[in-house]
Amino acid sequence: MIGWAKAAMPHLIVAPIVLPLATAALMLFASERRRRLRASLNVLSCAAALAVAIALLLVVDERGAAAVGVYLPANWPAPFGIVLALDRLSAMMLVVTGVIAFAAVVYSVARWDRAGVNFHPLFQLQLMGVNGAFLTVDVFNLFVFFEILLAASYGLLLHGSGASRVRAGLHYIAVNLFASSLFLVGVAVLYGAAGTLNLADFAARIPQVAAADRPLLHAGAAILAVAFLAKAAMWPLNFWLVPAYSAAGAPVAALFAILTKVGVYAILRIWTLFFGVDAGESAHFGGAALTWIGMASLAVASIGMLASHHPGRLAAWGVVISSATLVAAIGFARPSLTAGALFYLIGSTFALAALFLLVELIDRAREVEPKVPLDDVDPLPFSVEYIERPDSNLDEDESVLIGRTIPGALAFLGLAFIVCALMIAGMPPLSGFLGKFAMLSSALAPQPELASDPLSAPGIAALAMVVVLIGSGFLSLVGLSRAGIRYFWAPQERAAPRLRVIETLPIAALLALCALLTIRAEPVMRYAASTAQALHRPAAYVDAVLTARPVERQ
Amino acid sequence: MEVVLATAIGVLAASGVWLLLRPRTFQVLMGLSLLSYAVNLFIFSMGSLSIDQPPIVVPDVPHDLQHYTDPLPQALVLTAIVINFAMTALFLVVLLALRGLSGTDHVDGQEEE
Repeated sequence: MIGWAKAAMPHLIVAPIVLPLATAALMLFASERRRRLRASLNVLSCAAALAVAIALLLVVDERGAAAVGVYLPANWPAPFGIVLALDRLSAMMLVVTGVIAFAAVVYSVARWDRAGVNFHPLFQLQLMGVNGAFLTVDVFNLFVFFEILLAASYGLLLHGSGASRVRAGLHYIAVNLFASSLFLVGVAVLYGAAGTLNLADFAARIPQVAAADRPLLHAGAAILAVAFLAKAAMWPLNFWLVPAYSAAGAPVAALFAILTKVGVYAILRIWTLFFGVDAGESAHFGGAALTWIGMASLAVASIGMLASHHPGRLAAWGVVISSATLVAAIGFARPSLTAGALFYLIGSTFALAALFLLVELIDRAREVEPKVPLDDVDPLPFSVEYIERPDSNLDEDESVLIGRTIPGALAFLGLAFIVCALMIAGMPPLSGFLGKFAMLSSALAPQPELASDPLSAPGIAALAMVVVLIGSGFLSLVGLSRAGIRYFWAPQERAAPRLRVIETLPIAALLALCALLTIRAEPVMRYAASTAQALHRPAAYVDAVLTARPVERQ
Repeated sequence: MEVVLATAIGVLAASGVWLLLRPRTFQVLMGLSLLSYAVNLFIFSMGSLSIDQPPIVVPDVPHDLQHYTDPLPQALVLTAIVINFAMTALFLVVLLALRGLSGTDHVDGQEEE
């Protein structure tokens, strides 16, 4: 596969954008009634996109730690034309997106794509926006890809209609439109201060910005960061997420698990390029703010997890926990901590996508106390009227529930739920724990600059990170196991659910990948470590983008 | 010139934010539109204001920003206008759908008690 991929370089870099676009356009020629044709096109395209992403990852990995593939779509050199660049981080994110998209689309074919019109084209356009955001090096082009992925996500969120979806969708759209305005203001200020839109060119120019313009530059970067933080669902800009994600259809919510990661990716990419060690006076500007905002969101999300009954809302808070952990870890600007965060990103995104898919099956299978409203109003836990019946170890005939076999389908749901819970809470033995462990050991590792004064601001932040990370793992474990007990150990009248292979397979595959990530952790961790090294020393990336020459006309 | 533009941006943005915080969906829509006008003017102003100067290179005129206006912000504004127009239309559809489903134009789909 590598030989084939190498032959197609550098044009293969643009494939993750062109392929979904072409597929979506092609689908529009088939009428909505030819659902099977559209569905098979979508599945094929997702499989092809995953194959392309894996090929790109292998090529980048083979070329060495600082490898960057550059593609000039309009054949104009940087900084005049738009540039696409593929480095280790982009390749990794493309693969994560590809895996989740493939799982979601296979799941959706079972029933969800019939719930409304144009599911498949919107799905592909969503992928185009996400992949484009991971590849572009131009900040305004990043805005355009953000808008593409948001426009598609509005359509997907409303897929299936219904009052709760439309209400959550209205809030989601309003918040995102406002965030897009901030994005534009930030871009405009940065352009005014540094006179470029190319991210690599920014990195080269920022050390030379005049002292008088530096506050303007910082203000622009901060406004831009607010837009990204809102998309990454950081507190206090995350109240839109839980209603929207828990209202969305299962495959849509699973795909949305990657959307907050796009915000995290944008922060990681732009912050390391703009304010890395080489940025002169601006070095590490805003790092402490990222750390503390991330930790505050982590605390809020853990409390939210504890206050939720429904697994859908638990999964939505899990999304916030995951991206908050990442943002907090990025802010330290320590390569070893970023490496742990990147490892954690892969596993937690897979587990969250699997949990969103699982929630729907659980909902369909279990008839949990109908008194608990599944909608926005989530009552506090332990309120008296919702407590189980006192004789809950007996079924409706008053015979004891001990010693009966659990139906196979229910056993699958239960086991899958346990795996998801362990991954999200970061408990051993799965890869969620390994990622958290890597972050914790890096946060506690002695730092040369802190040797004289361990209780300086960064030292305190590292200690707080340890406390918040362990605390959030504990609280999410409590929340998730409570939901598990309520849904799997409570007596119920309905017969065991019938699961369809096409719906269980994606979940099983995602969880198998989580297990694989645990067993084969070493190569993945090595990849994450060299990715983090390259991110925090962006000179090679900047150099590759700025020296890329257009192809001569024959 | 600068004062006029700055005042216009300020007034538009302030009215936009105020309307955005109102409880009626149509007010929110108007707020988002006003805010996008403010943002578009703001981007435009970042290319340094100049009167009667072309954005495209003309022969015989020296190629520097003394004799031209910066074309890039104008291109950005054009893109931003198109995207914002589409998003506003989409928001309008969702607004009408919520009105139809809930029977009220409150942003939460139900009147405050």
